[in-house]
Amino acid sequence: MATYRPEGLEDTFATSAAAPGADGSSDAPAAPPRLPRLGPTGWARWAWRQLTSMRVALLLLMLLAVAAVPGTIFPQRAQDVSEVAQYIDDHPSTGPWLDRFGFFDVYSSVWFSAIYLMLFISLVGCILPRTRAHLGALRGRPPRTPRRLTRFPAQARAEVAGTPQDVARRAASAMRRGPRWAPFVRSYRVDVHDEGGGAWSAAGERGYLRETGNLVFHLALVGLLVSVAAGQMLHYRGQAIVVQGRGMANSVKEYDTFEKGTAFSEDSLEPFTLRLDDFTARFDDETLEPRDFAAYVTVTDPDGTPSAETIKVNHPLERDGAKIYLQGNGYAPELTVRDAAGEVAFSGAVPFLPQDEVYTSRGVVKVPDVSGDQAQVGLVGYLLPTAVEITDGLYQSVDPQPDAPLLVLSVWSGNLGLDTGVPQNVYQLDESRMEQAVDADGKAVTIYLRPGESVELPDGLGSVSFDSLTRYVALDLRHDPALTWVLVFALAAFAGLAASLFAPRRRLWVRAVPGTRPGSTVVSAAGLARGDDVGLQPELDRVLADALTTFDPVTVEHTTAPGTTTVRTTTADTRVPPTTSADQTQPDTPDAPRDGRDHAGR
Amino acid sequence: MQVGDLSTLLVWAAATAFLIALVAYTVDLARLADNAQRLDVPEEAKAEARVEALAGAGVRGGTATLSRGPDSAIAGATVDAAPGRSPRAEGIARSTTYLGIVLLFAAIVLRGVAAGRWPTANMYEFTLVGVFVATTVLAVVQRRRVIAFLGVVVMGIAVTALVVAIESFFVRADAVRPALQNYWLVLHVGVAIIATGIFTVAFAAAVLQVMRYGRETDRTHLGHRWSRADGLRQAFSGLAVTGPRFRWLEQVPDSRRLEALSFRLNAIAFVLWTLTLIGGAVWAEDAWGRYWNWDPKEVGTFIGWVVYAAYLHARTTRGWSGRKAAYFVFAGYACVIANFTVVNLAIKGLHSYAF
Repeated sequence: MATYRPEGLEDTFATSAAAPGADGSSDAPAAPPRLPRLGPTGWARWAWRQLTSMRVALLLLMLLAVAAVPGTIFPQRAQDVSEVAQYIDDHPSTGPWLDRFGFFDVYSSVWFSAIYLMLFISLVGCILPRTRAHLGALRGRPPRTPRRLTRFPAQARAEVAGTPQDVARRAASAMRRGPRWAPFVRSYRVDVHDEGGGAWSAAGERGYLRETGNLVFHLALVGLLVSVAAGQMLHYRGQAIVVQGRGMANSVKEYDTFEKGTAFSEDSLEPFTLRLDDFTARFDDETLEPRDFAAYVTVTDPDGTPSAETIKVNHPLERDGAKIYLQGNGYAPELTVRDAAGEVAFSGAVPFLPQDEVYTSRGVVKVPDVSGDQAQVGLVGYLLPTAVEITDGLYQSVDPQPDAPLLVLSVWSGNLGLDTGVPQNVYQLDESRMEQAVDADGKAVTIYLRPGESVELPDGLGSVSFDSLTRYVALDLRHDPALTWVLVFALAAFAGLAASLFAPRRRLWVRAVPGTRPGSTVVSAAGLARGDDVGLQPELDRVLADALTTFDPVTVEHTTAPGTTTVRTTTADTRVPPTTSADQTQPDTPDAPRDGRDHAGR
Repeated sequence: MQVGDLSTLLVWAAATAFLIALVAYTVDLARLADNAQRLDVPEEAKAEARVEALAGAGVRGGTATLSRGPDSAIAGATVDAAPGRSPRAEGIARSTTYLGIVLLFAAIVLRGVAAGRWPTANMYEFTLVGVFVATTVLAVVQRRRVIAFLGVVVMGIAVTALVVAIESFFVRADAVRPALQNYWLVLHVGVAIIATGIFTVAFAAAVLQVMRYGRETDRTHLGHRWSRADGLRQAFSGLAVTGPRFRWLEQVPDSRRLEALSFRLNAIAFVLWTLTLIGGAVWAEDAWGRYWNWDPKEVGTFIGWVVYAAYLHARTTRGWSGRKAAYFVFAGYACVIANFTVVNLAIKGLHSYAF
């Protein structure tokens, strides 16, 4: 049987097979190590052996834990680019250095990647040989009964009236039978040996599932990493703002932002169209906390069939493997701007970004297309869904619902800078080439607008009218073909982990030797478990009790770990009827010796 | 009185019951320690004290080996016969623990009724349910035999957590925002709380294990000189686990058994923690459109998971099992608690609405 153990793994089974009971070789005075001369291959083998050792795995795990911490302390680009820029601005001396060492992109930094890749290499280097060894072990037979059974952690002895061969066979079938609550589960793989001299023994082993689970867990982690990486390469994500009553098509240029993996192809975008019919928002009356958001959309498939759908937070809409999420919402006032000549220079809904709980929203209207040589117009300001005048000319929103909408705008004129070739933020006005309109006193002009109202712009720039207030939603469309695999591997890892921790791995041996009295047989049994196993002794007791029910007992005794109490029950009369003798040999019954051992042993 | 107020009142009542249990456990532990000291053969105790005094006075170079009766070598065998436990204190501790658990359970149920949803949506409710799980696990672990030290540690944490919850984390029982309206609130958060509760008891067992191990092997960090800070060491030398003050340690289960207890609890909690991570990822996929965001809370949970994974590896690594593996439990539990407190309160992230 092939065996493989990573360097440094402490394993009861492996050590005890050679010297049962001896706790590793560390206690023994070690011979001075002989250092062979290492060639390049020798060094490579040594390095590989180190990398795949338990100690290095332990080190890498702790390193991984420590390396993940900075990502929670410093702002991360992946989450918030502007916050990182802000941090670097605030810390001019340390910021750039932190940036250089990747502290703002921790989870894609070289050092973080190096740690987890090393960890996975270590894992593969350890698990693959173990898998091979385990596949061999799965076809193997339980190890032969060791000569001395007295050194094992669980022990039991008995003397019965019967032949050794019968006892060994009974023990074997008791092991095969499995626990009382599941008698049809064959739990042990058992061999019966004729040991010569009239002695017979049964050797059983169970719990291959433990190692299987362990291997499945580790291999599933590799699968998880691979499928996450595959998802990163194949995925795409688009973000778009859709105003009520309008729609969008699923194509790259329709999105406001679009990110994609390196292996993404545009063909994977299903060309459906989506239209926002209605949007409802519900808030708590007192706390103004949001309670429900619902976007009612009509999705039209490429073949022209429309269908009405609802998208909610936590309930994304699925379309051809892609999911559409409701990520945000806000107000988009419908505005019309006329220039000095009275021509319509701008008309449409302008999304304003909510800044707080009561939807005080900030927005910018850029009007580049003015007639003649008039200066371009920019309007900057706030939308208050339910405006209340606090002091003279100072308004505040008190409710997220649009009960008394008010637009508060300041007016700029000059060059918007849209033709400079530098991409601009839609929600920010580049004020470098513009001038704010002021009144005769030199104070900035503020325009107040309610729905249906229209006002003249200062300096003869034209007029602006607030036609109506509509809502918009921010949608995220995302496609990750590896998603199913990520879930499958995660669940496999979970199942493997549970099996590797909870499936008991045990070896039991029962040896029957002719006793000194004629017709009697001395039975000695021992058990060994991988890891700590409280169920080992009870199981040994159960197996022995099951095996010996049909025999007349002479004595039964069992021991747990060496050094603790031994309980001995002796029946003076060996000719007790089998029915009562069964009770006395069954340690599982509440008043039987096992209980006493439990108390004494603890 | 409204249902929500009644719930808060019950939480106070539960905290009071647990406080009484804490006092009773402490009395039991004190009685145990007291009697253990008194039962000492006087000469031996004196000799021990003398050796310690010498060591404290600055005997250098030599490592003073403290003599001890053979009783410390027979680990756990003399336990039930051990005198000095206080049956009355244990009875009070046990019954007030049960009472507190029942009261807390009622408080949690009423809280859910008042809010009209599953009560695991904010730090206040998380703490209530976490304490409920920890105390229940404690009751189960102690069902046959009271280990006073475990009771003191877990009840100490429970009372502190409940009071902090009422005083600092309290929010009115209310419905939740859309992002939390998902059945995963029950599964993901519920499983996380159960795991945290079990980790708490496992942590207490690990602390006791390390102390017991020090006693068994007669080793303490306070035993030999700390190069610079030796004055500090001398100040604390009375607290050495090998000293007479900790004789009661000989009456708790031996370190091997405590290690086994700690491991079993940690193994269950680790599996649940894994489920928390997976469930959280599934929920995040629905709510935020990404199964993994590297959100501070996710990272914190991940760090805790990795540390406990390291613990499981350490247990089976030669030279790292036993006492050293218990240090991983300390680190892991610190991560779990930091993930709940520091990450929630001090760091902004997607989980921020959770309190």
